[in-house]
Amino acid sequence: MKPALSVIFFTTLSGLGYGLAFWLSLDWFLAPERAGAAWFGGAGMAAAIVLIVAGLLSSTLHLGRPERAWRAFSQWRTSWLSREGVAAVVSMPVLALIWLGWVIGASGALWTILALLGALLAIATVYCTGMIYQSLKPIAAWTSKLTTLVYLLYAAMTGAFAAAALASWFGFFGGVQIAVAILLAGMLLFAKIAYWRRAAGARGLTPEDATGLGRIGRVRQLEAPHQTDNYITREMGFRVARRHAEKLRLIATGVGMALPALLGAVAIATGGAAPALLTAAAAAALVGAIVERWLFFAEARHAVTAFYGAR
Amino acid sequence: MTSLPQNPSAKKLGLVIDLDTCVGCHACAVNCKEWNAGGHMAPLTDLEPYGAEPEGVWFNRVHAYEAGDGAAGRTVHFPRSCLHCEEPACVTVCPTGASYKRAADGIVLVNEDLCIGCKLCSWACPYGAREFDEDVGVMKKCTLCVDRIYNETLPEAERVPACVSTCPVSARHFGDLGDPESDVSKLVASRGGYDLAPDMGYRPTNKYLPPRARPTPAPVPAAAAGEQPTGLLRWVDRLLSL
Repeated sequence: MKPALSVIFFTTLSGLGYGLAFWLSLDWFLAPERAGAAWFGGAGMAAAIVLIVAGLLSSTLHLGRPERAWRAFSQWRTSWLSREGVAAVVSMPVLALIWLGWVIGASGALWTILALLGALLAIATVYCTGMIYQSLKPIAAWTSKLTTLVYLLYAAMTGAFAAAALASWFGFFGGVQIAVAILLAGMLLFAKIAYWRRAAGARGLTPEDATGLGRIGRVRQLEAPHQTDNYITREMGFRVARRHAEKLRLIATGVGMALPALLGAVAIATGGAAPALLTAAAAAALVGAIVERWLFFAEARHAVTAFYGAR
Repeated sequence: MTSLPQNPSAKKLGLVIDLDTCVGCHACAVNCKEWNAGGHMAPLTDLEPYGAEPEGVWFNRVHAYEAGDGAAGRTVHFPRSCLHCEEPACVTVCPTGASYKRAADGIVLVNEDLCIGCKLCSWACPYGAREFDEDVGVMKKCTLCVDRIYNETLPEAERVPACVSTCPVSARHFGDLGDPESDVSKLVASRGGYDLAPDMGYRPTNKYLPPRARPTPAPVPAAAAGEQPTGLLRWVDRLLSL
């Protein structure tokens, strides 16, 4: 599948934004010592909202008719893309209220419920994003629960490192937060390796299945229907060279998972606020996420390529 | 509405494509392009039509395959277009309601005025039936010539899809595949018509008729070494051996 940059930036940036929003919403319960830190919470929630909006705007660049994007909220009964749009729009005012809560130093049961709702909506939106891809049967590599799990873990991990970096800027030492981020990086490594192992064995459509001519024997394309590329071959026919894919996987796991975990561990070991270390960790996690997301598309083979002789 | 029809009619209009007789002339694809460039989904944009690398939106693409090896192998010409599936994921993934399946006859269509061009429907189709029109910014697809088959201004004989009307070898048939007594259904039954990629679960309406089995050609007898010709041939053999 063609790795469209607009979709890659949308899913990674909004994922980071929702992850950050999730952890800052939970901070209401998990880190009471930070309650009242208006600048920390206000800046963090604002950053999360900006990232989400930037991601959503980026996604509209992918559309042929962006001015009609509002129509995408109507078909939530059947379409995960529509559900994602609805979840994003519903979560926005809730996250904005949580931002307000941080800024004015609000507390009490109502605000706690609001924060919990914000955290749930953040999860729901990223879950919908993952399900858009997981539910596409023609792309065998994606049709696994691991697809959505990886999307959720990426949002949680990049958000956790960003939240830890942010806390350190404001002089908080989030030892537990860093530990959670490291744990998420480990879980992500396992989930992503499991995804790759499954994808390697996922049996996509063969030319024999696609044409039904397997009854005669092995099928190979003698002549394509068209001499130049067309939409189908460009959009679905993109394949990354295997040796590049292996290097990029190493970057995704090494820079995007191992390095942030290592930097986080050093930050915990040195036992104090370490803005430089944690900022580097958050940046590395995001770079890894972008590389992984590029690979997620570039490595996936669409069933229609079988009609063009791919197997 | 991208939910599939709750109470679809039994009518399932579609095509039956005979892979035994198709000669791969591309007339169906060309006539499709000609009709639809001015039809329901018009325009059918071409980019650089007179340039070095022309490309454009087509609803019908004709592949050619080699199937099998050696004497049992054969060339098969293979037109590929929308199959008007009964479980069209291209419709249910649509976020806007632009894609829909008609309850009355099962035709899968795109409402160009609602389409936002997100392209997800083309990702959801394993058959590559949907092509994005970069010029107009919306998705396009085969309409089963909905603007011909019900068109009372056309003579009745012409109320078939453009691809069917033009096929010089009658390899394409149009009819109601929901009616077991229709000509197309009988043809499918008698020739063992099949669904493309049935394991995908899309339940295509269009059917393909497999190439007929051919008698295996008798092996070419190799001249046995040392065999002596007789009669006239013996005389010719001797003459040529001089």
